[in-house]
Amino acid sequence: MNQWKNFTKGFLRENPVFILLLGLCPTLGVTTTAINGLGMGLATTFVLVMSNIVISLIKGVIPDKVRIPSFIVVIASFVTVVDLVMAGYAPALHAQLGLFIPLIVVNCIVLGRAEGFASKNNLITSLIDGLGMGFGFAFALTILGGARELLGSGALFGYKFIQGDGMLVFVLAPGAFIVLGYLIAIVRKINNKRAQT
Amino acid sequence: MEYISIIISAVFVNNIVFTQFLGLCPFLGVSNRLSTAIGMSGAVLFVMTLATIVTYLIQTYILVPLEIGFLQTVSYILVIAALVQMVEIIMKKVSPQLYQALGVYLPLITTNCAILGVAILVIQKDLNLVQSVVFAIANALGFALALIIFSGLREHLDIIDVPEGMRGVPIALVMAGLLSLIFMGFAGIVS
Repeated sequence: MNQWKNFTKGFLRENPVFILLLGLCPTLGVTTTAINGLGMGLATTFVLVMSNIVISLIKGVIPDKVRIPSFIVVIASFVTVVDLVMAGYAPALHAQLGLFIPLIVVNCIVLGRAEGFASKNNLITSLIDGLGMGFGFAFALTILGGARELLGSGALFGYKFIQGDGMLVFVLAPGAFIVLGYLIAIVRKINNKRAQT
Repeated sequence: MEYISIIISAVFVNNIVFTQFLGLCPFLGVSNRLSTAIGMSGAVLFVMTLATIVTYLIQTYILVPLEIGFLQTVSYILVIAALVQMVEIIMKKVSPQLYQALGVYLPLITTNCAILGVAILVIQKDLNLVQSVVFAIANALGFALALIIFSGLREHLDIIDVPEGMRGVPIALVMAGLLSLIFMGFAGIVS
């Protein structure tokens, strides 16, 4: 497969959030600001890339019947790494993301790519797939976080450029669902346009 | 009284789906039909209660005494995976129709963040064993409530004329947002 295509598919064509609808819990849970979205996206990217690498390396050794538990152990190990590193070096972000860091383990994207891609492809292809999917995820989270931050508090990446309070509901839980709903509709529209031309 | 406030808080005020954002994959995945929603809720109730008990015991009697708390994530997810496998085998035997209906989503309970999330929340909130069990059951009921309301609404969506771009998931998400807004009305009932 063309490696460049393999890398870019995560952004719009097969975006894990907007198109595949995977990993929605952290997507909605942490995206109150663009920074949080980006942090979560990058943490997930790290886990995704590392687990894709390891799984594509050990796929020949694992018996077929216990492959899912084995994948989960690999993923959980990298999540623990992220959890501890983040607690040590970025405690503020770690406190913001809270429960959702250990929950990267159960992010459907990571296991989905491990089972659906890394267990069938070689090292380089899996690595690029992990990077592409991870960046696609981070991209989606940053957009969603940015949109909510902008609507909710008139700021972007913590830089406030609209005076006043904004619409608080977009920072709270309901806003997450509503903004994501409209973003998915927009991405579908874009993809349909591209498919026609 | 203490238990009642845990239940009300978990089911309404801090509803696991609408305010904590846990368990969204099955929430969107199996909410097309009311019957599958009920089956999924049952499976979650069972697995969540069992998983919380087992992980609580592991935390208290293995991880803390041995000072290997950093293995929390790894050990919890393994226990949950094993439990789900067991539920799957039992359900296949006892109720093949239900097994058929839940299809791919049953193995996916493993990756239902609500289960792992509640198991970790119980430890973070420093609850004792009985409180943890009540908390787990209450959260499962909250999940069931959200899933069942939502699937009922989605069945209605099928017969409504929705603008083309919003059909399917987008309109469902907007509806979930409105439901979440309704659940915010419960805020402040219990302290």
